[in-house]
Amino acid sequence: MDTQNISLLEGREKQVYEKKNGQTEVDIACDTTSLSGSVSQRACVFCGSRVVLYPVADAIHIVHGPIGCAAYTWDIRGAVSSGPELHRLSFSTDLREMDVIYGGEKKLYRSLIELIDQYKPNAAFIYSTCIIGVIGDDIDAVCRKVEKEKGIPVMPVHSEGFKGTKKDGYKAACTALMKLIGTGSTEGISKFSINILGEFNLAGEAWIIREYYEKMGIQVVATMTGDGRIDAIRRSHGASLNVVQCSGSMTSLAKEMEEKYGIPYIRVSYFGFEDMSKSLYDVAQYFGESPEIMEKAKEIVHDEIRHYYPEMQKFKKALTGKKAAIYVGGAFKTFSLIKALRTIGMSVVLAGSQTGNKDDYRRLKEMCEEGTVIVDDSNPVELSKFILEKGADLLIGGVKERPIAFKLGVGFCDHNHERKIPLAGFIGMYNFAKEVYESVMSPVWQFAPRKGGIK
Amino acid sequence: MQTATAKTATQNACRLCNPLGACLAFRGIEKCVPFLHGSQGCATYIRRYLISHYKEPIDIASSNFNEETAVFGGSHNLKVGLKNVTKQYKPEVIGIATTCLSETIGEDVPMILREYVAAFGSDAPMPEMIFASTPSYQGSHIDGFHAAVRAAVKTFAEGGAEKHLVNIFPGMISPADIRYLKEILTAFDLPYVLLPDYSQTLDGGPWGEYHRIPPGGTPRSAITFTGSAAASIEFGSTLEASKSAGGYLEEQFDVPRLNLAMPIGIRETDRFFDLLEKLTEKPTPEKYQDERRRLVDAYADGHKYVFGKKAILYGEEDLVISMASFLHEIGVVPVLCASGGKSGLMRERLEELIPDMDENGITVRDGVDFVDIENESAVLQPDLLIGNSKGFTMSKKSQLPLVRIGFPIHDRFGGQRLHHLGYRGTQELFDRIVNTVIEQRQNASPIGYTYM
Repeated sequence: MDTQNISLLEGREKQVYEKKNGQTEVDIACDTTSLSGSVSQRACVFCGSRVVLYPVADAIHIVHGPIGCAAYTWDIRGAVSSGPELHRLSFSTDLREMDVIYGGEKKLYRSLIELIDQYKPNAAFIYSTCIIGVIGDDIDAVCRKVEKEKGIPVMPVHSEGFKGTKKDGYKAACTALMKLIGTGSTEGISKFSINILGEFNLAGEAWIIREYYEKMGIQVVATMTGDGRIDAIRRSHGASLNVVQCSGSMTSLAKEMEEKYGIPYIRVSYFGFEDMSKSLYDVAQYFGESPEIMEKAKEIVHDEIRHYYPEMQKFKKALTGKKAAIYVGGAFKTFSLIKALRTIGMSVVLAGSQTGNKDDYRRLKEMCEEGTVIVDDSNPVELSKFILEKGADLLIGGVKERPIAFKLGVGFCDHNHERKIPLAGFIGMYNFAKEVYESVMSPVWQFAPRKGGIK
Repeated sequence: MQTATAKTATQNACRLCNPLGACLAFRGIEKCVPFLHGSQGCATYIRRYLISHYKEPIDIASSNFNEETAVFGGSHNLKVGLKNVTKQYKPEVIGIATTCLSETIGEDVPMILREYVAAFGSDAPMPEMIFASTPSYQGSHIDGFHAAVRAAVKTFAEGGAEKHLVNIFPGMISPADIRYLKEILTAFDLPYVLLPDYSQTLDGGPWGEYHRIPPGGTPRSAITFTGSAAASIEFGSTLEASKSAGGYLEEQFDVPRLNLAMPIGIRETDRFFDLLEKLTEKPTPEKYQDERRRLVDAYADGHKYVFGKKAILYGEEDLVISMASFLHEIGVVPVLCASGGKSGLMRERLEELIPDMDENGITVRDGVDFVDIENESAVLQPDLLIGNSKGFTMSKKSQLPLVRIGFPIHDRFGGQRLHHLGYRGTQELFDRIVNTVIEQRQNASPIGYTYM
């Protein structure tokens, strides 16, 4: 098989690790920029900012630069809104050659004024793309000017693609959010209140989570940024606790809010029965002074698991012994997925992420079984090599990973922006198991070459 | 309430950026890896965008600019990247395209490539390198596509005694269309070089083992022969010789450039087959005459469903022009022919195909976005939309049926297998348009007719 001839690139060895008995501990190199020419599955700083802020639905999002960055991110995430849908529109200053030569500030200013007049948003986010960092437009000044004239927050997001990695984009997004937080009234906020951070309401997931917490008697002040609203973000400093999912994108915001407003935070995950339950219990525990909250949490967990558990057994029976490969954006998600896959009898032979940090990978190593390969910032050739070598039956990833799985005759579960079925919450675990079952057990794989189907 | 429409910004763009087209074209060269000189995001976004349409692995390398690169230049990154791609993919060709970033900082890519070859040229194997300049602040994806094809020819074509073969540069068409063209040329017994040929690389079979580069594509050796071909057939009404592969070969090697509109509809397809008959001095094979007869028959069977229907047509200029010509011959009025592209030639070329377009209520707008099209739609009150998936937003909003053609098709299955060209493609398009109208009528009727 060809995989034997696939070697790792120089400079990539330290980002790949195979858990084997007696092997000395190696720290996975991560938090680095991608190797030139390695076909990283990562995007850029702009992408990081764009995904974090994208779901804010009553703001306009203007991409300052040539057309590509706006075109490729038009309606790109399945982040749904219960009201306004300005986030699903794509706005670009569409810079041309003359703008590059003479600067794009005037065009940005005119664009902003016109778009704000047309759409009456509650705020505007201005994303600077690569060339803005080179031609030196002072977007902060333009934002200040427009903010003054139009009386709404106009936030620059310094997301020039080349200025770091996707993680730096998360940071730039959080900086923009921090400018909003603390500017609204906290009147009427209960002491049993939280913000849900790092939940983007893909396929309505934030609504599911919010409902659990509300059932427990907890007020959700703001979700950042799923089904996001400017006013809610502005008053989010009034919440008692920040509950952070998607650690990569939002931990820095939680930390800043802790520093500035004294709001503690906990990290949670809503994927899988185990982690979902824990995220309710952990919040209930924080509000220990009200025992009813814990009672309610237990009730929810009990009812939900009782409801879904029997159906899960069918999936588990079919999937037991099957092997999965995971390659997702953030490492935190892989922890939950490993547990969720165990619930349905599957083991993990490859686990990796685009943006995990050293702690993440240490924990991943502890969780994984012997022989599991762990990768940081991987690429299609590497992923394919390990999928084939390890005989995976399933790959969990995003759009860019999907064709790799299907080409090789391996099932696939989209755990990224494009999913249309909620995978968070108890119902989400059921959906996840069902989706995995339907892909892994599909009869079509009988024709795949790796199953000996085609001569 | 929305008031005036903002005009400075582009809203819901009806075009993509220059490097995307170049990556797509490079995918149609055998054992070639597309390589973008710029930030990581450009390669990743373009991969994601192409994958959503073609459902195939599409690896695009990036030189992965960082802050230092942007200040001191990308020479080092580009060279490291080329080395890494060579090692990991073992390509025969690397297709390098620039981005807005590398163009803005004034990268001299050809010089960097020369340095690279001088430094590592003795390390075997050294892939051949094609370079296309594709700044995203100019033109659109279609310009990048043609720039890459022209660059490929410029890099490899060699002159010499005329060979018994034709070049065919079909432009940005579907893998199914490419296969169909190849079938036609084979049926005429006419040796050809078709460039770019992504019919297999972007619509191929399953793999038993991982292929670093998918099988298929126009071989580098074949591109060499384009300089000694008997003629170049080049589709694209607005494609100027100065920007095209055919134009380059004509200028450099006196290979006649035979420029046609994309053959969609009977009239434009007839022109294409007439040309093939002339070049081969053979009649059109019976099989295609048969396809034509069936198509004429289908026109008769379906004409009443579509006559007088008003359509808004959008997409790349050349696709829109040929589609308009086809719609005109079946009695559908393309009340708006719109494109995000802006060659400046669209109206003129359209008029050549449909001289009475003004009297027929056909209007043309280039350089538009979907908000412009939506505004036009409110006035023109069309019956249907014809274009790529990006029109779905307005189609849903205005409750107009959308017939999906071209690229990208992100919200339906099988976009890569749609035919548009020739009698076969026209037949498929005609069937789909008629069925769209029938479906509308059937759904709108409370009676529930089972015969329509």
